[in-house]
Amino acid sequence: MLTAIDMERFNAALAPSAAALESMNAKISVRDFDFFYGSAKVLHGITLDIPDRQVTALIGPSGCGKSTFIRSINRMNDIIPNARAKGTISIDGRAIYSSDTDVVSLRRRVGMVFQRSNPFPKSIYDNIAYGLRIGGMRNRRELNNVVERSLIRAALWDEVKDRLNESAFALSGGQQQRLCIARALAVDPEVLLMDEPASALDPIATTKIEELIWDLKVNYTIVIVTHNMQQAARVSDRTAFFMLGRLVEYADTKTIFMNPKEKMTEDYVTGRFG
Amino acid sequence: MSKAWRRKIISAIAEGFCAIAVLLALIPLAMILFYVVKQGFTSLNWAFFTQMPKPVGEAGGGMANAIVGTLILIAIAALLAVPIGCICGIHLAEYPTSKFSSIVRFAADVLNGVPSIVVGMFAYIIAVLPVKRFSAFAGGLALAVLMLPTVVRTTEELLRLVPAGLREGALALGATRTSAVFTVIVPAALPGILTGVLVALARVAGETAPLLFTAFGNRFWSISLRQPIASLTQQVYLYANSAYDDWHRQAWAGAFLLVMIILTLSIIARLSVRRLERMNRP
Repeated sequence: MLTAIDMERFNAALAPSAAALESMNAKISVRDFDFFYGSAKVLHGITLDIPDRQVTALIGPSGCGKSTFIRSINRMNDIIPNARAKGTISIDGRAIYSSDTDVVSLRRRVGMVFQRSNPFPKSIYDNIAYGLRIGGMRNRRELNNVVERSLIRAALWDEVKDRLNESAFALSGGQQQRLCIARALAVDPEVLLMDEPASALDPIATTKIEELIWDLKVNYTIVIVTHNMQQAARVSDRTAFFMLGRLVEYADTKTIFMNPKEKMTEDYVTGRFG
Repeated sequence: MSKAWRRKIISAIAEGFCAIAVLLALIPLAMILFYVVKQGFTSLNWAFFTQMPKPVGEAGGGMANAIVGTLILIAIAALLAVPIGCICGIHLAEYPTSKFSSIVRFAADVLNGVPSIVVGMFAYIIAVLPVKRFSAFAGGLALAVLMLPTVVRTTEELLRLVPAGLREGALALGATRTSAVFTVIVPAALPGILTGVLVALARVAGETAPLLFTAFGNRFWSISLRQPIASLTQQVYLYANSAYDDWHRQAWAGAFLLVMIILTLSIIARLSVRRLERMNRP
C-alpha cells in the first residue's frame, strides 16, 4: 500500500521540474550566445529558450541588441561584413551556426518580416510566389493554391483577391506589411521572426497585424521585436528584456509587466527610462 | 544704407549673374537646334529616307544606306557593350570594396576620358589591320568601347540605389545571393539600366571620328558586317564639306535626323527614369 506521502513523492519524481519542462518544449535554444561587429561585442552571453507555438517578445531600449539577436536566429547577420557569432543557437536541437548548416534551408524554415515592409517590385501574386519559385516550384495550380492560402492566413485575401496581378506597391502600408507576412508564410516556415513589424504603421493597421500574430501562433513559433510595450503586453506569451547587449530578464509576459524581478526591468516597463 | 537693403541688393546682383550665365549656356543649344531644325526640316523629303546617294553632280537622291548603316552600327555596339557592361556593373555593385572592383572602376573612368579618335585607332588595330579590310564590325566595336564605361557605371550606380530591404527580403525567403541578384535586385533596377544604355547609345550614335578608319563609309548599299558601311555622321561630314548645294541640303537633313534620333533616345531615357523613381518610392 502506498501512503499519501509516498504518492506525492512518486508524482514529484515523475513530474519534471518547471525548468526541464520549458527546455523540453523549446523550439529555439540559445546558449551563451555572443555576437560581434568587427571588434565590438554587441551581444553578451545570451541564454534563453523560446517555446514552440507561442509568441516571444523582445523588448529593450534602442541599441540594446534585440534586433541583432532576432537577426541571428535566421543568420541574416551573415551578410554584414566582419560580423561574427559565438555560442550556440539551436532549432529543434540542431545548432544553426555549425559548419554543416545550410543557410538557405534554415531561412526557409525561419521566416522573417522586417520593420520596413519590403515588397518586391513585382505583382502581388509574384511576391507571394517568389519563395516557392526560387525553391523550384513551377506547377501553376499548386502555386495558385499556396498564394491563396498564404493571403488568407495573412488576412489579406479579401482585400486583394481581385487584383493579384497589380503591383504590390499599389497597396497601402499596412497591406504591404501583411503581404510581406503572407510572402513569408508561403514557404511554410516553422518559426516567424518579426522585427518591429508594426512600427511604421498607423493604429488600425497595427491592430490588424497584432490580431494576425494572435492567430498565427497556433501554427508558428513567433519571435517579435517591439518598441511598443503595450504591444508586447498584448501579443506575447513570454517577454525578454534586453539592455546593453545583455538579457536582463526573461519570463512570462505577465510576470515581466506586473511583477518583474529586476529593478531595471521594472523601470523600463513602467516608462522610467527607455 | 541699412543692412537689409545691402543684403537685398547683393542678392539681386547675384541672381542677375546666375540668370545671365544660364542664358549664355542655353544660347548655343537654342541656336544649334534652331538652325538644324530650320535648315534640316525643310530639306527632308521622302527620297532622303528611301533613295541612295546619287553620283557626284547629279541632284536628288538620299541617305537610305547611311540611315540603315547608323542603325546597324549602334546595334553592333549595343550587342557588344551591353552584356559585358552590365555584368561588370553587377560585379562592382555586389563587391563594391574589393581591390579588383576599384581597379575596374578606375579603368572605366579612364576609358570614359579617352578621346574617341584614339578608340577608333584601337579598333583599327585590332579589327581592321588583321583582316586588311574596313568593316561595319570594326565600326561597331569602336562604338562599343566608347559606350562601355557609361554602361558599366550606370549599371553599378542604379543597382546600388535598389533598397537594401529588397535583398534582405529575398535572402530571408531562402534565396541565394545569386538568385537574389538576378530575380529581385537586377529586375528592380532594370528600367534605370536600360536608361543608361539608351543614353550611351545616344552618345555614340553621334560619333564620327572613330568611324573614319573603321566603318570607313560606303556610297553603296551594304548591310554586311564584313564590308565598309555608311553612317549618318560620316555622310553629313562628307556632304557638308562638298561644293554642291544639294549635298549641303542633304547634310542639313542628315544632321536633323541625327539630332532627332538622339533626342528620342534621351526622352525615352528620361521617361524610364521617372518610372523607376516612382517604383522605388512605395
